[in-house]
Amino acid sequence: MKKIWKYRFYYYLALPGLIYFAIFHYVPMGGALIAFKDISPFDGLRGFFDAPWVGFKHFERFTSSVYFLDVIENTLIISGLKILFGFPAPIILALLLNEVLRMSLKRIMQTISYLPHFISWVVTAGMITALLATSGGLLTETINDFTGSNINFLGNKDYFVGILVTSHVWKTIGWSSIIYLAAMSSIDPSLYESARIDGANRLQMAWHITLPSIMFVIVIMFLLEIGNLLEAGFEQILLLYSPSVYKVADIIDTFVYREGLLALKYSFAAAVGLFKAVIAFVLLYTANRLANRLGQTGLW
Amino acid sequence: MKSQYKTEIFYNYIIIGILLILTLSFLLPFIVVLSTSLISEAEWAERGGHVLYPKKISFVAYDILFGKSYVLFNAYQITFLRVTLGTFCNLLFTTTLAYALAQRDLPYRIPLTFFVFFTMVFNGGLIPQFLLVDFLNLRNTIFALFVPTLVNGWYFLIMRNFFMNIPKDLIDAAIIDGASPVRILISVVLPLSMPVMATIGLFYAVYHWNEWFYASIYITDNQLKPMQIILRGLLNQATMEGMENISFMEQPPPGASLRAALIIFSTVPILVVYPFIQRYFVKGIMIGGVKG
Repeated sequence: MKKIWKYRFYYYLALPGLIYFAIFHYVPMGGALIAFKDISPFDGLRGFFDAPWVGFKHFERFTSSVYFLDVIENTLIISGLKILFGFPAPIILALLLNEVLRMSLKRIMQTISYLPHFISWVVTAGMITALLATSGGLLTETINDFTGSNINFLGNKDYFVGILVTSHVWKTIGWSSIIYLAAMSSIDPSLYESARIDGANRLQMAWHITLPSIMFVIVIMFLLEIGNLLEAGFEQILLLYSPSVYKVADIIDTFVYREGLLALKYSFAAAVGLFKAVIAFVLLYTANRLANRLGQTGLW
Repeated sequence: MKSQYKTEIFYNYIIIGILLILTLSFLLPFIVVLSTSLISEAEWAERGGHVLYPKKISFVAYDILFGKSYVLFNAYQITFLRVTLGTFCNLLFTTTLAYALAQRDLPYRIPLTFFVFFTMVFNGGLIPQFLLVDFLNLRNTIFALFVPTLVNGWYFLIMRNFFMNIPKDLIDAAIIDGASPVRILISVVLPLSMPVMATIGLFYAVYHWNEWFYASIYITDNQLKPMQIILRGLLNQATMEGMENISFMEQPPPGASLRAALIIFSTVPILVVYPFIQRYFVKGIMIGGVKG
């Protein structure tokens, strides 16, 4: 008790932040209980205590609905493809940049590669539309010139996921490469020198020295990606999709958004959200435990 | 030896060639948008969208933009308010919490830190969060734009790690000199933490500049809509939300060059600033990543 009094200054300092977490994170966790109730769209949380308990009704409705498999499948496919292409891409970029000998050139290229990271998804979506619009899109019109066919990229189920993955890689590749470049900069230069004396060429050095040296970072980053498997890119999809591609583009988050905030089925949408949160928790927790076991620090 | 030298040069060219193509692909969309914004609607229609570079430069789109700019000016103001007020509050709450929980022998430090950690792996979801903001009557107030995201868990961790790595000797020396905890924080710790504060502050600022989704669900009052909302409405004229904003602009669906000018107009501040601030970001990632 005496010790707590001694540290009172630090408790005062921590208090505002802790209150924030209590209100804006723990209250919504309790609020997720509306998934087991029937909340009225007019009262919102005000009607929380009066609303009747309905058990797992909303969960059962979700798991037995026609959307269930589609939404889960789309989330996993989009997220999985983003990992498949988006995870190795920054590693390759970092390896390439690491081979550039002229520092000024390397720095300019690096800076340009960060550019997409600083642009909002609203603007990115606007630029994607400018390139792919059916009339007047630079890419669409150019393809039209050569083949005579006008492709509706953003409204076509065959292309939509590809657009999501490509724009995701475009936006994240440069920024994600930072951590690998940082890891590469701490590699002992004498390793390269002795390899050179042994007659290794640059490709061999990249493969046998650089890559193994950053393997630890790669594994940690990969675990982090797996932990976020259910985050398929909510804002990006919300900004780009349309009813004609719902079949391949609708993910858990967009489904929750439409059912909850547009159709005002609060309890049902909250149930879907809770369903996701529980699975995400297991993934994140496992990923973090693994990372902790691998390294002395892990993610936290 | 000679041939090895040749392969070396060949290798360099290939690497630089690939990187140049990549770099160009990062820039290309911006070049297209910039060029489109610099031509007249007539030229755009005539060229049918094949605009890589402007043939005849015209500032018509920008004239229209600035001529009918009440909406844009207002949106800019809201965004500016959001960025400054939001970032200030974010930093204040993040720093105080991180500094307190960085005290290695603070009683209950572990459970208190876990209290924050847990929110990073589990959340109540979008709907309860939205209903809470609604319940607290924060909708259609500027507070809805930063209070629900006051402290970011990752940034809290970065800051806490930074504070934990401040040499203990410095603190001990100040204690021996009879400095109070407040004094230590203000005269010893804060001056040392300027780089990490700048980094985290910039992270928050860019977030506020670019954030669209929460603003779109919490703000329905036209007077309070930040830049990204107006931008979205104008870029995406097909939606109802877009139509509403267009009538607000007194201009029927904006043409391609006007849309492009809008993108440039809303992006230029970031484009101008980011090359200078990116090193802080890189530093932040390293502090957070290397000992995260």
